[in-house]
Amino acid sequence: MTEYTERLLTEAPRKETASRFRFVWLLLIPMVAVLSQVYVPRFVPFLSYLELPLLITVHFALSSGGPIPALFYGMFIGLVQDSLSHQPIGMYGIVKTLVGYFAASVSMRFDVQNPVVTFILAFFFYFFHQFFYWVLSRALLGEILTFDVQQTVIFGLLNAAVALPLFRVLDKLKVTS
Amino acid sequence: MDFFLSRYRHLTVLLIVITAQLVLIAYQVKTNNDIPLIRVWAVTAVTPAEQGLELVRRYTWGFVEDYFVLLGVRSENEKLQHENGQLKIENNYLRSELSTADRARALSLFQTHSPSKTVAARVIGNGTGADSKVVFVDRGSTSGVESGMAVVTPDGIVGKVVDAYPTASLVMLITDPTFAAGVVSQKNHVRGTLKGQGHAECLVDYVQNEEHVDIGEWFYTSGDDRIFPKGFPVGQVTAAPNGKTFKQIYVSPSGMQGGVEEVLIVLQGVHQEIPDAQAVSPGYAILPPPPQTGAPAPEGSADPGVLSTDADRLRTIYKNVGIEEKHTYGEGPPGSKPPDFTKIPSLNGVVPQNGVRPQPATQSPGRQPSAAVPRPVPANTVAPTAPAAATTPKSKTPPPVQADDDADDDPPSVIDTATQPSAPPLHKTSTPAVARPKPPAPAPTSNQ
Repeated sequence: MTEYTERLLTEAPRKETASRFRFVWLLLIPMVAVLSQVYVPRFVPFLSYLELPLLITVHFALSSGGPIPALFYGMFIGLVQDSLSHQPIGMYGIVKTLVGYFAASVSMRFDVQNPVVTFILAFFFYFFHQFFYWVLSRALLGEILTFDVQQTVIFGLLNAAVALPLFRVLDKLKVTS
Repeated sequence: MDFFLSRYRHLTVLLIVITAQLVLIAYQVKTNNDIPLIRVWAVTAVTPAEQGLELVRRYTWGFVEDYFVLLGVRSENEKLQHENGQLKIENNYLRSELSTADRARALSLFQTHSPSKTVAARVIGNGTGADSKVVFVDRGSTSGVESGMAVVTPDGIVGKVVDAYPTASLVMLITDPTFAAGVVSQKNHVRGTLKGQGHAECLVDYVQNEEHVDIGEWFYTSGDDRIFPKGFPVGQVTAAPNGKTFKQIYVSPSGMQGGVEEVLIVLQGVHQEIPDAQAVSPGYAILPPPPQTGAPAPEGSADPGVLSTDADRLRTIYKNVGIEEKHTYGEGPPGSKPPDFTKIPSLNGVVPQNGVRPQPATQSPGRQPSAAVPRPVPANTVAPTAPAAATTPKSKTPPPVQADDDADDDPPSVIDTATQPSAPPLHKTSTPAVARPKPPAPAPTSNQ
């Protein structure tokens, strides 16, 4: 294990300084993310691959103090997404709850400020999100959906690429105490 | 328990949250009910923001988009106007071609159906002269055109050839002030002379004020001028006021409506019947002629059928008597022996005894009325002409030249048609019925 990888796995720089979102941003950012998901593809259809609510969930989970706020935040965003879909309420809620929980758990062990780690985590959680949603759809709703691994990987890479600048911008909105 | 909750607190919360949502989904799936509260809240929270976004987009990006769109509108408008002009020109050209094709087809059809021998010609120029209405056509003496030939179109007469050159001919239009042609009205058979006036309308002169001519009545060529064959349409009456001596009958020439471009020069004219007024412009629905009653007449029979009149039957009877007694009507010196008219049977087959006319049978409801016996008349008395619609049986045979002139050669008779309803024919002879066949006359087409 090299020194760099050891530092990635052992150090937790985020925990040294507490930086949190204001409550307004906590409401406004997911709202904007959900809005962009339902509104932007009307005019720019190729942006429909962008899963901004997921990226917001991951970012909040990575920067939150613990898994419990992260899972509730993920649940909240997921339920809003469910409300605007034709699916039973709870599908996105469960998936994003799990994403929030695991992302918050991972943030305890990795240096999430590192762009590489951020990229990998964003890609991983996108793939996890899509795969788990597909599993739930088949298991709970009995829907026969196809899971295109190649497309999911590509979209995951694109979302991860978007996550890097997005997380930078979101970090600017946080206040450090 | 406390140790478990404190050690696995995060996991416990996660399981509770996940379980709660699973129960929520299970409830929705099992009961097929929705959770309206959450959806209403979410939609109520999101949609106003969405409407605001749409409003902003419309007034920002939409404005910018419209601006860029309008940038190209001017050049696109000029391009479209140019295209529109070209399409208009093309449309006019195609319309002209179509009109020419229609006229050519009408001329061809008319040539095919007209008994007269004609040659098609195209107007290639106007003649000089301030008041002269003459045109040049592209057919001349090499095509058989001679001076004095009639020039017509399917719609009516156009003029006459005044000069024939090898490759072209000079045609005097009927609107020329020096033009004249014999015409006859369709309905009232009023004869007159058509004269050009130098403008669009022609005058029918030499018609007495006592004659009756209706507005809109058609005039046809009478054939009296030996230029135009009888039966070609001339035009419709537009005004017919009384003059000092003659009526001032103005006719709108039907053959020159819309200009003259393609014409037919009549190389060899054939007289035709003037069509019935009802056939030309009935204005109302008419039934077809009634079918022949009884068995069809044998070949060569004198039975003219139900469409013949008593005058036709009497003419046949008199002709038969003349043949039996070897007497030719209209010949022989004055005082020669006439045929024995006392042996002529009446229409119902009764031969008068000692010259006494039998009294007509008493009429009774539902009984066929009997015909009165005609009175013998002098040979030089002219028989009244029955209306053409009633006397001309429908026939598909081509019209004889001057077909109605043979009526003057027949033995005359005077018939009280009011007391002579349709009676069965007397007898049948081998002499063909003297009935004027109705030729297919050229009916005026679009200008009626």
